Formats: sequence, C-alpha cells, structure tokens
Amino acid sequence: MARVILEEYVDVVIVGAGHAGCEAALACARLGLETVLFTMSVESIAMMPCNPHIGGSSKGHLVREIDALGGEMARCIDHTFLQSRMLNRSKGPAVHSLRAQADKAAYSARMRRTLERQEHLQIRMQEVTGIITDETGTLTGVTTISGTIWHCKAAVLCTGTYLNARCIYGDVSIPTGPNAMQAAGHLTDSLKEHGIEMHRFKTGTPARIDGKTIDYSKMTRQDGDIPVIPFSFETDPSEVQIDQVPVYLTHTNEQTHQLLRENLDRSPLYSGKIKGTGPRYCPSIEDKVVRFSEKPSHQVFVEPQGRDTDEMYIDGMSSSMPEDVQVRMYRTVPGLEHARIVKLAYAIEYDCINSLQLTETFEFRKIHGLFSAGQFNGSSGYEEAAAQGLYAGINAAMKILGRESLRIDRSEGYIGVLVDDLITKENNEPYRMMTSRAEYRLLLRQDNADMRLLEKGYRAGLVPENRYQRFLEKKRRIEEEIMRINKLTVGASASVNEFLSASRSTPLSTSATMAELIRRPELDYQKTSAIDPDRPCLPEDVQEEVNIEIKYEGYIRRQKKQVDQFRRTEHMRIPEGIDYDLVPSLRNEARQKLKEIRPASIGQASRIMGVNPADVSVLMIYLKRNSSISQK
Amino acid sequence: MADHQLFQDTIAAISTAVSESGIGIIRISGPDAIAAADLVYRSPGGRRRLHDAASHTIHYGFVHDAAGEIIDEVLVSVMRAPRTYTAEDTVEISCHGGILAMRKVLDAVLRCDQREEASCRIHVRAAEPGEFTKRAFLNGRIDLSRAEAVMDLIQAKNEFALKNSVSQVRGMLFQRITELRRQILYQIAHIEASLDDPENLDFAPGLEEFRKELEGWQQSLSHLIRTAEDGRLAAEGIRTVIVGKPNAGKSSLLNLLLGEDRAIVTEIAGTTRDLLTETIHMQGITLLVTDTAGIRESRDIVEQIGVARAKKSIDEADLLLWIVDSSVPLDENDRRVAALLQRHPSVILLNKTDLEEITTKDHVCALLREENIQSDARMIPFSARKGSGYEELTKVLKDMFFHGKLSFNDEVVVTNTRHKLLLEEALASLKTVGESLEQGMSEDFFSIDLMAAYQALGSIIGEEVGEDVVNEIFSKFCMGK
Repeated sequence: MARVILEEYVDVVIVGAGHAGCEAALACARLGLETVLFTMSVESIAMMPCNPHIGGSSKGHLVREIDALGGEMARCIDHTFLQSRMLNRSKGPAVHSLRAQADKAAYSARMRRTLERQEHLQIRMQEVTGIITDETGTLTGVTTISGTIWHCKAAVLCTGTYLNARCIYGDVSIPTGPNAMQAAGHLTDSLKEHGIEMHRFKTGTPARIDGKTIDYSKMTRQDGDIPVIPFSFETDPSEVQIDQVPVYLTHTNEQTHQLLRENLDRSPLYSGKIKGTGPRYCPSIEDKVVRFSEKPSHQVFVEPQGRDTDEMYIDGMSSSMPEDVQVRMYRTVPGLEHARIVKLAYAIEYDCINSLQLTETFEFRKIHGLFSAGQFNGSSGYEEAAAQGLYAGINAAMKILGRESLRIDRSEGYIGVLVDDLITKENNEPYRMMTSRAEYRLLLRQDNADMRLLEKGYRAGLVPENRYQRFLEKKRRIEEEIMRINKLTVGASASVNEFLSASRSTPLSTSATMAELIRRPELDYQKTSAIDPDRPCLPEDVQEEVNIEIKYEGYIRRQKKQVDQFRRTEHMRIPEGIDYDLVPSLRNEARQKLKEIRPASIGQASRIMGVNPADVSVLMIYLKRNSSISQK
Repeated sequence: MADHQLFQDTIAAISTAVSESGIGIIRISGPDAIAAADLVYRSPGGRRRLHDAASHTIHYGFVHDAAGEIIDEVLVSVMRAPRTYTAEDTVEISCHGGILAMRKVLDAVLRCDQREEASCRIHVRAAEPGEFTKRAFLNGRIDLSRAEAVMDLIQAKNEFALKNSVSQVRGMLFQRITELRRQILYQIAHIEASLDDPENLDFAPGLEEFRKELEGWQQSLSHLIRTAEDGRLAAEGIRTVIVGKPNAGKSSLLNLLLGEDRAIVTEIAGTTRDLLTETIHMQGITLLVTDTAGIRESRDIVEQIGVARAKKSIDEADLLLWIVDSSVPLDENDRRVAALLQRHPSVILLNKTDLEEITTKDHVCALLREENIQSDARMIPFSARKGSGYEELTKVLKDMFFHGKLSFNDEVVVTNTRHKLLLEEALASLKTVGESLEQGMSEDFFSIDLMAAYQALGSIIGEEVGEDVVNEIFSKFCMGK
C-alpha cells in the first residue's frame, strides 16, 4: 500500500519557537503572511533555559531596538519581570543599560499567549527534519519527521541549541537539548546535503538550587530601581512600578577554588570530552579558576527564577563538573552551605552554522528563500536571538511580498552591528553583543532607539499608524526644543547668578548661552529650568533627549562626522554575481576572503580581516570599469 | 561621464621627486585643493590669490609656513576640474629647494587647516599609495582599457609603501609604538570590561593612576613627534653605496663626504667590517651613504657577514659610487665590482691621483667593454686623501639628480609625513581624553578617543584593530556572571 503523504501549504515556515523563532513568526504573521511555527515542544516556547534576565550592557539596547522595530520582547518582559535596574547609570548616556530579572514561566506563558492570539499564525509541535529545494536552489518547503511536506515561500531556521544537542557534566553525556528537552537529530544532515557548512559550539549553565536551603543572611541583598523604567517605549511607566523581588550576592573562596583544582581532571572540558568551542564571556567556574588563578574569589549572584518557584539560579558558577564535585562546590559558598541542588549545572554542545554563508538579510546565499537567526547563527543570548529573529522574519516577509528588504547599518543600531559582525567576521565562539563592538555608540543609545529605528519598523509595516504619529510628535517636540535652547541667551542677572551659586556653578560675568550652561558638568537641561521662564512643559522622555543632545553635542557631532565617512563606502554596492577570480591584481588572501564572505558593499569589504585598502581600491576600479562597460 | 563628487576629500602628496626640469612637485587634488594652496602660497606682491586665477595658469611665488617664514620659492599650477589628471580641482606646487623643502611644503599643505585664516571645512590629507591614479580612473580620466595597469600600480605602490613603512619603523620606533599600543589597549579593555560587567569591575578607583599613565603617553608621543620632525623616523634620500675593492679608499671617501673621521681607515685590506650609513646633504640633495666591506670572498666569518650585508644594500641602492684605486692595476676584484654597475646609476672615482697613475680612464673603459657592461657612468679623477675632485663629484651628482637620472622613491617621504601626521593624530586624541577627564566625564567617553589613538598608532606599524579590544577584555579580565 502506498504511503500517504500529507501536504500543507503556508507562506512561511519558522523552525524553532525560542526567542528568535517567536519574533520571526510574529513579524511574518503580523505582515499578513500565513505562518507556521514549529517547536519540539509547546512547553518550551520562549523558554529561558539559562540565566533569568533580559537586557544588560548592550543587550538592553537590543531590546529597545526590537521594540522600536515593532518586535515583542520588550513588551513581554515589561509584563513579566521580577526586578529591574538601569546599569551604568553613573556613566555616560550611551552605556546606560536596562536589565530585568524575568519570571521565566510568566515570560514563556505570555509569549505563548501572544502567539496564540496572533492572526495568520499556527503553532505546530513537530520536528522539522529537512529542507526541500528546486533545481534552481530555491527553497520550496520543509519536511517533518512524520513525512509531511510543508510547502512554503520562505523559511527561517531558529533551531537554537537543539541540533544534535548533547548535555554533559562529568562523564555523563545525554543526547538532549536544553533543560532536558528532546534534541533535533535530522535537520543538520539535510542542511549538509544542501552544502551548508556547520560548526559545533558549546555553552553552559549553572545549577538551580532550592531557595528553601539557602541562607540569605550571609549574602548581600540587591534590590531593583525605584522607579522602574520600562523597556518598551509603548509601556506606560505607571504599569511597571511593581513589588520587586531581590537578588543576592555572595562569593566563591579559596576552598571552592581548591576543590575545583583538585578535580580538574574530571572536567569534560579539560579531559577533551567536550570538543565544541565555548564562549569566553561566560566561562565556567572551573575555567575562571584556571585562567584567572590570581583571583582569590569570584562573584556569585543568587537570582530568582519566578514568583511561583523556589528555584534559584546560581549566576557565575556554570560548570560541567561531575555531580559529586558540583554538590561540594556549591556548598563551599557562603549561604549555600546546606544547599540542595534541583537541577545540576551542565555544558551543552550543538550544531550551528558558519554565519559567513548568510547575506546581509540573513538569507543563505546558496539557498534562496532560506533564512536563519539566533543561536543557530552562532550567537548567544536571548536578546541577540530575538533581534536576529525579528530581522530575519521581516526580511523573509519582505522577500515574499516583493518589497524592499530591511537594512540596518552599523551607525543605525546595535542590530546593525550584530548582523554585520556575523556576516563579515570569522566567529569561533558564540557571538555576544558588547558595547565595545559598536564604534558609533554615542549615537546608538538605548534612549533614542525609537529615533533611530521606528521609521524602519513603520515602513516594514510592523509599527501601527497611531504609534508612528505619536513618535513623529515626540520627534518634533525634541527638535523644536533643541532649536529653542540653542538660540537662548542667559544674561548675568542677579537671579541667574544666585541660581548658579546655589548649584555650585561659577556665576556669569557676561551673558552665556543656555546650551553652554547645560554643558557644565554640574548642570543639565532639567536643572536649568529655574532660569528658563519660557520653557515649555515637556514629557520626561523628550526632556531626556533634549538634555543628551545638548549636553554631549561636541562628542555627538564628532561621531556624526565619522558616520558620514563610513556611509560613503557603505553605499557603494557590489553586484551580487561578481566573480572575484576575474578581478586582476587582488592579493590571494583578499581574493579568498572576498569569495567566501561576498560583501554587499565596498564598506563591508573594507571590514574583512585580510582585505587591505589597496585591495579595496583595486575592487573599486574593477567595478567602475565593469559598470562603464555594461552601460555601453 | 565623470562624477566629480565621487570623492569629497582633498589629498596631497609628492608627485614626482625629480622632474626633467629638476624640480619636485607637490600635487593637491580635490574640492579644497585651490583653497588649501591659497593658505600656504603668497604671490610676490602678497595680494594675488589662486582662488581668482584662471584654469591652467602658472603662478610664481612663495610657500610660507604658519609663522610666515618662506619655505621655498615655487611655481604653482592651478588647474580646475574637469580637465585635470584626476578630473578634480588640482594644484601642483613645483619647488626646487631639495627634498627637505619639498617635505616642508607638503607638510604645510597637510597642515593648512591649522592656519588662523583657514575656514573650518578646508582639510587636506596625505594621499594613499596610488590614489591620484585611482581617482583619475574612477573619475573617468583614464581609459577603461588601462584599468588592469592601474590596479597593478596600486598594489605595487602599496606593497612598496608597506614594506618601506614596516622596515622603517623597525627598531626603536616600532618598539615604542608597540608598547604604547599595548598600554592603551589594556586601558580600553579595562574601561570596556567595566562597562560590560559593572557589578564585577569598576574603573573609577584606578582613575588617578590612569591620569598619570595618560600624561606619560602624551610625553612619549610628543617625543616621537619631535624625532619625526628631525626627519629621523625614516631615512629619506638617495641610497648610495660606495663600492670598490679592499683598500681602494672607500672609507676615506666617506670621511671626506662627512668631513670627519668616522670610519676606521687603515692600510690593511678588509678593516671595514660594519656597514656605516650616514646622511649627507650636498646642496639640496640628500645622500644616504653606506660604506661597504670590500667585495671579495673572505674566510673571516665576521667579515663574511659584512659582505653579505653589503650585497643586500647594493641591491637596494639608488646610486653606486665605484672607487677605483688608480695606483694599482685593475684586477679580479675590480671586475666583480664593475659587474654591479650594470643595474645601477653610477659614478666612477679614479682615486689616489696623488700617487702614481697606473690605472687610467682608458683602462676602466676597456674593462667595462670586456665585461660587456653598459654604463654611462661619469669618471672623475679623485683624491680622497687630498679632497681633489670633490667639487666635480658634487656637480656630477647634481646634474644626474636634476636630469632625472637619479631618483629615490618618493613613497619614503610621503610615508614619513603620513607617520608624523598619525603620531599627531594619536596625540590629539589623547589630549581629548585628558580634556574629558578634566571635565569630569565618565570613562565611557575616554575609550572612544583612546580607540582613535590606538588606531592611528596601529596604522604606522601596519596593524589592523580587528578584534583586539574584545580579545584583550577576555584575556585580561574575568568576565561573565
């Protein structure tokens, strides 16, 4: 009897319902495309299998940018957080970063509910096992483990850490995905058959400990900020002033380190059992002890995982040591002497791709219509994943709809830096966002993410008209007020000097501009309202922007000049089909790199390691000759 | 059709070290070319401005420095777009005060934005290797069929500049810059790591130490810049090698040129084992003269090294001075030396005219013929010991230089100028860090300018920034909760 093969038809297939997959699915469905979101288990939708926070240095910027583009992460965490803090508040505005502790279960549940309510979106619990392409190398559908064919116009792969995943601690190695979820064992082979180059990366997570067995009196309590600042530009600040949950700080000590050193030979990392490349930015505790042997102690944060659970996350002590070492190790830490482990720490290995195979829209160069995002692209972090998911989702939709793709360059957003780094630079470990990666960071602040990106979100169709109008109004007010302040002169009157003296600021002998006064370190826009009788009553976010733009005007102007320079070569596009073997005079190393990475612009080419300025000049000349010839 | 707006910046470089007329040219190209030239040029009456000059006209006058001092007497050609080599506004300043003046003129042009009368938008930067040709091509001035030649040229020039800049900055400068960069990178990483993981790391307690370190860096850079101003960063000039068989009088000649007793002069053949390189200024021409150990096979190991080094410097030479001992007959050694003349512009000195003349011009000519060596080398009777023939040598060298038979690679001068500007750029960035520090700005503002300094210093030694900061953060700081 012939086997009956079920065939389904949708516009877009999203593989994986983690942070990347959720954003990708929502973006496509919101743009009116029939979308199916595949997940290994509906219980793992938007799961946070590692740390319980969203945001933090540079990651908070990503969340704000996701919001400006019309994504979901910011709104979701605003309604499900336990505690929130603005990091680096004493530093410049560019590095202020919002970070929230999440109620993991609540976050997942809310995201799942949002997906369920979304028109044009269906959730399907099923393992995707392969991709189908036609003779032109264009994606036509995917197959599932049951043999069903899902015909589609585009697919976004967001498989996270599930592909051929293996969880390891000590000599225990279990073929599961994160949190003991079932791993996906077939898709890698199909991708390899289609010529896609895979990498194997590794990451890890610490133990979860029963809060009832923790002595918090031996730790330092850390509370959230009051008032709380929401992530989403759309969230009403009054909604997020909740009763917050504390985090606790404690430290490892010599005893901890001694124990680890004695048992190093039992670590799968050092015995060679783990072959994947691990991230340097979140080393396991045994790694820290080996690499920074001079440090007598390391910080350990004990963080809540949710309101409805006693499970505490032991931040700073991820490990892949065997069980007996883990039990003893955690108990050396003050406050954890009697700790009972709920879940052991483990390392996880998984398949991901070499992201240099992607174009600037996150589409595979080799397979048209196939996009990818998140940890599958070799990144790490919930925020990095969500940002990529949104970006890839929008671009998959734009392709199907025949509309102009979404592009964000390095001067426009951290997302732009993230995308460009992934497709331009060789990546040997899970890629994490950092403020030092953004060269124009004075312009890429978390406070102005809407000013930078909301327009793009509106043009893509994810930002609704009413929100867009509110944004235009905010922008207009900011611009008008900056203009007014820049024209304003303050006389050396008695009342002005009285105010200045009271603010410990040098009194004026002659008149000064208001902008000059605002730029004084001890003053700012808000403080000077006392000597500015005509100042309009403006919302706080408008005031903040006005203050930053005026106070840091000199620095901002310098960065804008750098951006002008950068844009010039960024706008010189390289034709897709260019054959680098036909470009004479390129050095071999440069030719090889250009062939592999296939940059979209001269600017991107110039950022490739191994391509020097002379190679770039040579390339420009070649392009000029060819375009002139083709015009004739 | 040419797109004149393709490049918005203005570039300058020494375009030809020596032209047929014996004059060096500084070429400026781009939208600010004429305005920039106006800032450094003064007409004889002091009133005429290049701004008002018609296209394709030549003007006599002077280039002066910021203090108003005249650097050189010049002819300035003003050529307006699009009928110029690059299809951009172009100014060529022809100077004839030798390399030193040429470098000073280029320097003045590149620094014109620092003049009081300069409008803030005027800026000229040093051209990259082959950049004029690149612009000419991209602006449609060079025939498409020549694209490949242009590409080759750019790669060749770049390779040369790279090789040169790397070899020039070996040694002390290289070490100092590498060390400075290492220290700066550490502090950038320190700042960035603390911004990334503020609950774990704090930069503020080290602020006072940082302030001191910053001052130290500024001092080091100021010192390096002074060195650069003395032209000591890299040797600029005609690489000249004195060749000749042992005891022909090579060291005596060097001493004569230097006017002092530097090399050891003895009667024993093979006493000059080390290579001495000296900078000699001869009425506007700069020679970098290397004395070589006698070219002959030697069993002495120390001397063998000297010989190997000598051969290398001969390969790289722009000019050979062959010194022939006229008091003894020509021999095998002379034949070996003569073979070198084939590949290099040369001058032959018949030394020891104060002794009995055994070898004459005719003997030398005969030897060259026998060896089948094509050389139009001039021959000068000479006595290094008495100094006779020195004036004739000077005259011959000047002739050769100004007729373009002798040249040195102008990339060296340009590279030097570029290095100095980069050092100044780095210093300016560090000063901005100092200002931010004084104003009480937080450290995230420092790292932006520290990065600029790090980058500028990297360009001098040919190092890209790449992932340096991220790597430094992870190798020096324990990150991650």
